[in-house]
This record gives sequence, structure tokens and C-alpha cells, in this order.
Amino acid sequence: MRRLINLHPNRGTGALLSALPFILLIGAYLIYSHARLAENPGDKLLPAPATIASTLHSYAFEEDERSGDYLFWVDTWASLERLGLALTISASCGLLLGLAIGVLPYLRAALAPFVAAISLIPPLAVLPILFIVVGLGEMAKITLIVIGVTPIIVRDIAMRTAELPNEQIIKAQTLGASTWQIVLRVVLPQMWPRLIDAMRLSLGSAWLFLIAAEAIASTEGLGYRIFLVRRYLAMDVILPYVAWITLLAFSMDWLLRVLRGKAFAWASPGGSS
Amino acid sequence: MTQVTVKRLWKNFGAQVVLENVNLHIGDHEFVTIVGASGCGKTTFLKMLLGIETPSKGEFLIDGEPLPGEPGPDRGIVFQRYSLFPHLRVVDNLLLGLELRGARFTGRLFGARRRRARQKADELLEAVGLQGAADKYPHQLSGGMQQRLSIAQSVICEPKILLLDEPFGALDPGITADMHSLILKLWNMNKMTIFMVTHDLQESFQLGTRLLVFDKVRIDPQSPEAFGATITYNIPLKGHRSPQPENHA
Repeated sequence: MRRLINLHPNRGTGALLSALPFILLIGAYLIYSHARLAENPGDKLLPAPATIASTLHSYAFEEDERSGDYLFWVDTWASLERLGLALTISASCGLLLGLAIGVLPYLRAALAPFVAAISLIPPLAVLPILFIVVGLGEMAKITLIVIGVTPIIVRDIAMRTAELPNEQIIKAQTLGASTWQIVLRVVLPQMWPRLIDAMRLSLGSAWLFLIAAEAIASTEGLGYRIFLVRRYLAMDVILPYVAWITLLAFSMDWLLRVLRGKAFAWASPGGSS
Repeated sequence: MTQVTVKRLWKNFGAQVVLENVNLHIGDHEFVTIVGASGCGKTTFLKMLLGIETPSKGEFLIDGEPLPGEPGPDRGIVFQRYSLFPHLRVVDNLLLGLELRGARFTGRLFGARRRRARQKADELLEAVGLQGAADKYPHQLSGGMQQRLSIAQSVICEPKILLLDEPFGALDPGITADMHSLILKLWNMNKMTIFMVTHDLQESFQLGTRLLVFDKVRIDPQSPEAFGATITYNIPLKGHRSPQPENHA
């Protein structure tokens, strides 16, 4: 008998094994939902799949009676817009600041401890300040995500920059490169895939801050909707919304991963020289 | 013409003396090989030439000028590893030096200037036997090919001095002979001065026009760090200098 660590599933078994936890989860839901509904047809906690489907249909494909909007898509678009804008700002600031801190010793001395301290502030604790200072509008929600995500990206990029083999930086200097040219031709191109990694890792917290901000002050958005219908125990809305958020987050992660693989072939596994 | 002069050079890190009283004069177009036991300051000596270490005492002059305190385009370097840029294809690794010099702001060449640079790069690629690998990334090359590229990358900038820090130390013994003929070819093509640190004694005799041996002359058993190494042998060798077409006046 070989050791457990040396036993690998083949492709088919591997795919089956990956699907297994999902199937088990859905199966368990169906069984419990069926059992509860058999006991009390008015139970709201674990709605039947048919109920979820019809609610989802009315949210996605029927105009809301009051506002005339297709709520599901309005919510999705509002959340994605906030998230996209916030992530773009965070990634740009994080890249610029991280590069500068990683490359320039003076800036590192001045800013690295400061960024480390800032990154330890719990962003949700700052949320009231944001509401007071910038109001309850879009700005507060986007700022919350930016505050939560940027310091992490800055620190990550600064560390990755410092991790570049010193030999490369010395070699570039012997080829006549100035500081600016080293950043432009040596450091920055090698940081793009690192930035994508950092963004993938911060997606989870970005969604967390988005939903927290939407739950507190908003008029549309995925997080807003969930917290709104919670008052009516509307699990038939909450459950598909949660699944939809998960799917969105998963697709964003997947897209970033594919982009990294396609655009930066040199950085694929085993790609070190 | 490149002259390297070292006068009463000392280097210590705190209480630890690494080099003491090093005196040296190297004339133009020499191939200097440096050998010595581990930790006797050969690499420190090379780092000072490169500009990433500064002498503690004494003078280190190139053509009568003190060394600048940082690496520069007049002194090329080939490390044992890690001196290629993993995000650039082979030909772009080679072009980088030309592009950095040709375009101070963008660091990239376009149009006719790029074509001229590309032609020069292609010629050098052929000289080092990498013409078939121009579009590969460094991690797709073998160790020997990576070192050939790294040498070519330095040579394309026509440095006055080329520093080699055990460049063939990590390579398969079978391919070092190829590397030796390559480095001699480039050395004769570019008329530069080469300093090469090696731990292979045979290699140092075979390649060099001058062999430097670094060793400690004084040893205090109670405090081994109290005395540093110096050049104990400075041996002129026959070398592989090609007959020079033009005579020096």
C-alpha cells in the first residue's frame, strides 16, 4: 500500500470529487427543505426550489411595481460599479505607492511603517467617520473599500519589489539604467502579475466592505437588498442573492487568473531564471 | 585604454578585516583571473570594482579616476545566476542595454533606431549561438544558454571592464569549454579588460593573461578576523590574446 500523500485521483475522479461537496450541500438543503415544508407549508426558512425560482424570476425579469426597475439587475449593476471603481482606485494607488516604497529607500524609511500602521485600522471602525465626512452617498462606500484594500496592496507590492533579486537591479545599472528606467523597464513589468495576485487576494475583503457599506446606507445594491428583505425573513431572496454574489466573486477571481496566465506567460509556474 | 590602479586598499566590515594592503596595477585589455580560498575577499574585491561596496581605506582608480559609488555602464557584470530579466524575451534582454541608452525617458526604441539595434542584437545572438532562441523567455533556456545570454547582454553595451563572478560555477562541466572559447572570442572582439573570480584553478590559468591569488599572509589563531587577505601572487600568463592588427604607437 502506497502512502496516502502519493495517491492521486485521475481526471474523472478528480472532477467528481470536486463536485461532490456541492452536490452534498444541495442534497442536504433539498432534504431539509422538503421535511420542514411537509410539517409546515408556510415555513420561510428553507424555501422550496420552485419558490426560489419564481421569486428570482420576478426580481430579474419583471418590473418592480413601485419603482418600475428590474431589481436584480439594478442591484447587481450598482454593486459591481462600486466594487469596480473602488478596486481600480485601490490597484492604481497600491501599485504606485508600493513601487515607490519598494524602490526608493528614502520613501521606504518615511512611509513603510506608516502604511503598516494604517493597514491595521479596522476599516469598518472608520465607516462612521466616512459617513460624517463624505456623507451617505456613493463616495462613502467606495472610500470604505479603498481604505480597506489599498494598504494591503501597497504592502504586498512593496514587499514583492524588494524581493526582486538584487542582481537584476545591479545588472540594470551596469546597462546604464537610471532610477526611472529601472522602475519602467525592470520593476514595473514584473509587478503586473503580482498586482493581479494581490487583487485576487483582496477580492474577499472588498466584497465584505461593499456589503457592509450597502447594508448601512444605500438605496440599491446586492448587500442593500439582502439586508432589506431580512426583515420579512425572505430567504427566497437572500439565498439566491448570496449564491449570485458568490458566483460574481468567483468569476472575477477566475477572470483575473486567466488574464494573468494569458498576459504574463513568463510568470507562469516554474518561470524563474 | 583602461587602467585599473589599486593603492594600499583596505576593507573591513566592523572588526572583521577582509582585505588588507592590496596594491595592483592592471593595464589595458588584460584578462585577470582571481582565485583564492572561500571568504578571502575575492568577491568583495569584485564588488568594490562594481561599485556596490566602498573601500575602507586606500584608493581604487579606473583611468586615474576614483570609482563612482554605484554601478555604471563602463563596468559590466555577469553573476552566477539571476542577472537576466525574466519578463523579457531573449532578444529583448539583449536589446535592453541599447534601449536604455538610446531613449532616456521611455527606455524603448522605435522605428529605424530599433531596427538598427535589433540588427546589432541579432549579430551578437549569432556570435553567442542563441540565434534560434531569440523569442524564448529566459526560464525556457538551459543554464549554459542563460549564462551566454547574460554575457552577451553585458557585452552589447561595450563596457570598458567586464566583471565575471564565478560565471560558470553552476554549469555542467561539459559545457564550460564552449563557454571558455566564447568569452575569449568576445574579449578579443571588444578589447575590454576582464576580471573573473573563479574557484577553478585550471580555468584561471587557461583563460587569464594575469592570475591573482588572494590569501591571508598573517593569521592570528586567537582572533581569525583580525587580519585580512591580500594579493599573494600576481602572475603574468601567456593567455589567448589574439594578434592585434594595429600596432600601438
